[in-house]
Formats: sequence, structure tokens, C-alpha cells
Amino acid sequence: MDLILVNLIDGLVTGLLLFMLSAGLTLIFSMMGVLNFAHASFYMLGAYFAYQISIALGFWMGLLIAPLIVGVIGAGVERYGLRRVHQYGHVPELIFTFGLALLIEEMVQFIWGKNTMPYSVPEVLNFTAFSVGANSIPAYKIFMIFTSVAIFIGLLFVLNKTRVGMIIQAALSYPRTVEALGHNVPLIFMGVFGVGTALAGVAGVIAGPVLSTFPGMAFVLGSIVFVTIVIGGLGSLWGALVASLLIGWITTFAKSYNIQMSDILNGVGIATPENLSDSVLRDLWTVTSPQIADILPYILMVLILIFRPAGLFGKRES
Amino acid sequence: MNDELTTDPSKPSQRMRAGSLHLTLTPWVVAAFLLIVLPFVFTNNSAITIMNQMWITVIFALAYNMLLGQGGMLSFGHAVYAGVGGFACMHIMNMSDFFASFPLPVLPLFGGLFGMGLAMIVGSFSTRSAGTVFAMISLGVGELIAACSVIIVAFFGGEEGISGDRTYAMPFFGNEFLQPIDVYYLTSFWVLLSAALMYLWSRTPVGRMANAVRDNPERAEFLGYSSRWVRFYSFVASGFFAGVAGGLFGINYEILTEENLNTASSGVILLVTFLGGVGFFFGPIIGAIVFTLLQTVLSLQTELWAFYVGALFLATVMFFPGGLAGVLMMHVPAIKMGKAGGLVVPYIKTLLPALIGILGLSALVEMTFHYRHAATGDNEMTLFWTTFDSHAILPWVIAGVITAVGLGIARVTAPALKEAWSEANSAGGKL
Repeated sequence: MDLILVNLIDGLVTGLLLFMLSAGLTLIFSMMGVLNFAHASFYMLGAYFAYQISIALGFWMGLLIAPLIVGVIGAGVERYGLRRVHQYGHVPELIFTFGLALLIEEMVQFIWGKNTMPYSVPEVLNFTAFSVGANSIPAYKIFMIFTSVAIFIGLLFVLNKTRVGMIIQAALSYPRTVEALGHNVPLIFMGVFGVGTALAGVAGVIAGPVLSTFPGMAFVLGSIVFVTIVIGGLGSLWGALVASLLIGWITTFAKSYNIQMSDILNGVGIATPENLSDSVLRDLWTVTSPQIADILPYILMVLILIFRPAGLFGKRES
Repeated sequence: MNDELTTDPSKPSQRMRAGSLHLTLTPWVVAAFLLIVLPFVFTNNSAITIMNQMWITVIFALAYNMLLGQGGMLSFGHAVYAGVGGFACMHIMNMSDFFASFPLPVLPLFGGLFGMGLAMIVGSFSTRSAGTVFAMISLGVGELIAACSVIIVAFFGGEEGISGDRTYAMPFFGNEFLQPIDVYYLTSFWVLLSAALMYLWSRTPVGRMANAVRDNPERAEFLGYSSRWVRFYSFVASGFFAGVAGGLFGINYEILTEENLNTASSGVILLVTFLGGVGFFFGPIIGAIVFTLLQTVLSLQTELWAFYVGALFLATVMFFPGGLAGVLMMHVPAIKMGKAGGLVVPYIKTLLPALIGILGLSALVEMTFHYRHAATGDNEMTLFWTTFDSHAILPWVIAGVITAVGLGIARVTAPALKEAWSEANSAGGKL
């Protein structure tokens, strides 16, 4: 029972972290039809900037300033890069963001080198919040949960209750009409791109200390984020939330419970073959759930795409 | 390869050339001649290895362009098909009885068939839509199979991969393919054959329909074609040639690992193809040659080669979406009008200073890198055949001045180039 609770919390942390990335990505996608391949790179930039700032000004200033810088860079990328490529169509846009992701990774290696940065949890939050049985839950995880939830509520509020949010929602579906009403739609696009990347930056700032800050961190998370929004349905914020939590919990549980494939197969009534080491299917028999935890999201995605191509909460096929 | 797609206006009912499998022979003969002669020019083994690598990349990039350029499908996981084809070939190499029953040059065919088989499975659900959704599925499937390579050890060999020995095949006219030069001619034969087949494919109705579906799937549907199946056929054919490339890789290196099918290699082939140009059939060939040269030459010179290639790629996407082939073909109208000569001087005036400026910029980048990351006390660095102290102020000033002057001159002369360009491309108006 204790273990389940601990895993629930761990999965929630992972899921909410994923959500912070996929929320920005999905907002950008539904607005511009562009899947920002470099989204996870902005997450990485957030972590590195926060590390650099935290040396001089401490963690909290990093949490405040790093996302701002990332957002400004993101807005700049939209203004001077994407908008230029936009005229060639969606595929070159996707290729552009892909190239950007490559370049950002190289740049990070250029500036900070290939080693992991000693970016760590701030002293204030470095204590045990409470214990579940023999497992202690660090305060930083609770902090991560609260930050992500606060951001989610803030985002919902802005999108649904404020005038700016209304204009953004209108611009999502009818950009030309909104433009005809006198709103500066390119500016809105730039703003959304900036905010989306800044969200990724926030995720980077708070994930950097726990998931370690190294040049491959964008790559590790990047494709999972895409899987998340495909599973949730491209362009759906709620879908992104559900899919993020789903993936968070699935991977966490698969990692902590060592389920053997042979047990499952035996349970269904298939006997283990006599000479397992010679069998062609030997790898299938020896598979364990921690081994495949990382590829479960991909399997889930392929299944979703086969049986429900629009995703869990997707409304339209693009 | 410079086939003329223009119809003759004087013959209104001219038969469409689209479906005809007519092949302009000259470029292919030249290519075959070059393939045969090149090893006599570059005789040392490393050059031959580089050329082998180049031709394999050519096949792979052409196969990739069947999707991206001709079918409008952006794939982020195409290395999987090459990889699986290659792994299948390695397994065949290790089946001694079966392997000894046919000569080695046949082996890539099996790689192609396995790549095609996998493409049929994946394509059955991934080709339902093009664009972003297709790209995402290809990425997911690519990641999935790459991750499987560590789990399914029986097929992918885990972390150490699968290795074999190509010489156990039935001797091919007494040749056992012991030397790299033998493999070179095998690869050359396949590159020529695959390129010709892929070119012919692009001329068949199916290849033409792929273009139509790329440009306007809705309209193609109204004409009675299922855009999904058209995409499927392109996808399967592309998977076949990717598998051939994988098989050739297996023959060349006699080992395949997870690296051959991970997302990084899929990204590289996208980069190669786009750099070369997706709009023309020969674009990926240029891309593969240029990229392999960049990779081998540049990576010997600098640690930062991936950074430069990334920057070049991004610049290509932003400013020359047609790639290198597009840039080359931009000059065709001027050449046809006989005005290309007027461009030479403005080109030299702008591009030479720009090149010097970019070299200066890269010197600054290299110096910064050395300053930040070299071991403490190691202040000496060598750049452009000069050795100097990267912590002294003088080299920085020199590099900075060269950059500023070079780019400055290019900026000043750019309007003249623009004028010459529009002059060279406007009909009439004798100079």
C-alpha cells in the first residue's frame, strides 16, 4: 500500500513535469499548426540558464529570470526564424525546428561542455516533507507538484477568463476574422510561442536539479513529449494533461514493480519452453517490466494511432 | 538528369512524358564512368572507404527523398528500415549454409526485402495521413524499434550489435570480396542500379501520383486515386531502397549496431537530403557527397563540426529551402539566356569576402571554445596553420577585424550582386 502511494506521487511529479512541456507544445501546435521540435531544447535552456543564474543570485532568482530569458529567445525564434520559414509550408517549419533542436544542443555543449552541471536542489527545500511507511518524500517533489498545478490553473484562468485569453482562443480557430477585428495576430502568435517556450523553461528550471542538467536532457524528454501530445490528441490541453499523467504513472509503476513476462505467459497458460536459451522467442520470455518501462509510451502511442488516430481527446484530424 | 518537363507549345496535343520510362542516357553514362574511374584517382584505402560510405549515403538519401521530396512525407525514423535491412543481412551472413549458396552482390536484395517488409507493416497505419501526423508516427515507431534493439537481443544483438564475415559467400567469379576495392565496385554497382530504379520509379504513374498527392491530396482523391495507397506505395518502395542501403552498410563494415537505427541516424539522413535539395532528383546525391566530405574532413579539423553542420542546415532551411540543388538550378535560366557570365564578377566580389568573414567568425568560435574548454595551462592552439596563444589579445583582434571587414565588404557589394542577378534573369535588354 505504501509503495503504491509513493509511486502515485512519483508518477504525478513526472506527469506534471511532462504536462508543463506538452501544454506549451500543444498551445503552439493548435495555434500555428507547427509542432515545435525544439520545445524540449527550450526546456534544457531553462535548466542551464537557471543553473548559471543560481550560481550568482540563488535558485529563486533563477526560477524567475531563466524562464523569461527562454521566453524572449522563443519569441525571437518565432519572429525571425519560423515566420520566415512559414511561407514554405508546414514540413519546412518542422524541419526548421528540428535543425534548431540540433543547433541548441550543440550550442549548449559549446558553452557549458559535455559534463553534467552541479545544479542542485536549493537548501530551503532540501528536507523530507513527510514519510510514507519507510519511504521519505522530499519537499522538493511537493514543491514541483504545487508549481506545476499553480501554472496549470493560471493557464486555464488566463485562457478562459481574461480578454487576452479570449482573443487567443478566437485566434486559434479563426485567425483571419480576429485579424479583421483589428487584433495583431502575428503578435499573438509570437506571444503564444514565447509563453509556450517560457513554460518549457520553467519545467527545465525545476526539473534540472532532480533529473540532472546535461546536454542530452532535451533528447531524453523530447520524444516523450511528442508522444504525450499525440496520445492526448493534437491541440487538446486536457488531452495533454491526461496523457501526461497516464505516461507518468505507467512508466513509474512499470519501473517499480518487477513484472516478468514469463509469469504473465505462464499465468495465461502457456508453459515456458524447455530449452529457453536456444529459443527464438527467448527475449520475449525474459522481458521484465522495468526493462520496457521507457518504451511503453511508444507502444501506447502506436496503439492509440491504430485504434483512435485523433488521440484520446483529439477533435479533428489535421 | 536534366530532362525537360516543358511541353512544346506548338504541339498542343503532345503526349504527356510523365508516364514514359524514357531515360536520358548521358548523365548515367557519365556517372558510371566516374564510378569506375574514381578509385584509380584516389587509390588509398581510406579514400575508398569514404567513397563507399558516400555511395551508401547516396542510396539512403535517394530513398529518403522518395518520401520527403516526391511524396511530401517527413519521416523522423527512416534509419529503422535501413537498420533492419542491414541486421537481416548480417543474420543471413551468419547462416553459413544459406549464405554460401549465393554470391555476395545478391545480399543487399535481401536487406531491401526486409526493409520493405517492415515498411509494409508500419506503412499500413502510418500512411493514413501525411504532414505532421505522419512525422510524429514515424518518430514514435523509430524510437520504439530503436529502443527494442536493446531488449530483443536475439535479432539486434544488444549493445555490441551483430557482426559477420562477408567472405563466406559463394565466390563471385572467383572473387571473395577481401579487399575494400572489391566492395567498392559492388557498392558502385548497387548505387547505379538503385539510383536508376528510383529515377524510373519517379517517372511511373505511381511516382507521378505521389507528386500529385504531395501537392494536393484532396484533388488527387477527386481524380479517383486513394492518396493513402499512393503514399503507401511510395513508403514501401522507399523502405526497400533504405534496406538495400542497410545491406550495403553491413557488407562494408561487417557489423551493425543500435547506432544504425536510432533517431540520430534518422536525423542525419534528413539533414543530408535537405541540404542537397528535395526538389530535384539529384539533390540528395549532392547532399550525400557534400555531407560525407564535410563529416570526414571537418571532423578531422575541429571538434565543433556538428555545430557548423547544424548552423549550415538551419541556414539552408531558412534561406535556401531548395537546398544545394535548388541553388544550382536557380542559375539555369541565366545560363540558357547566355547571361551567366555577367554574374561571375559580382559573385567573386560578394562571396569571397563573405567566405573570408565566415572563416574569421569560425576562428572566433574556435578560439572561444579553446579558451573555455582547453585544459588549464594549455594556451597554445593551432588554427589555419598558425599556432598562437588563445589567451593573448592580439589573435582575437585579428580574427575580429577579419570577420568585420569580410562581412562588411560582402554587405556593401551585396546590392550590386542583387542587381546583376535580376539583370541576368530578365529576358531581353542586351547588356
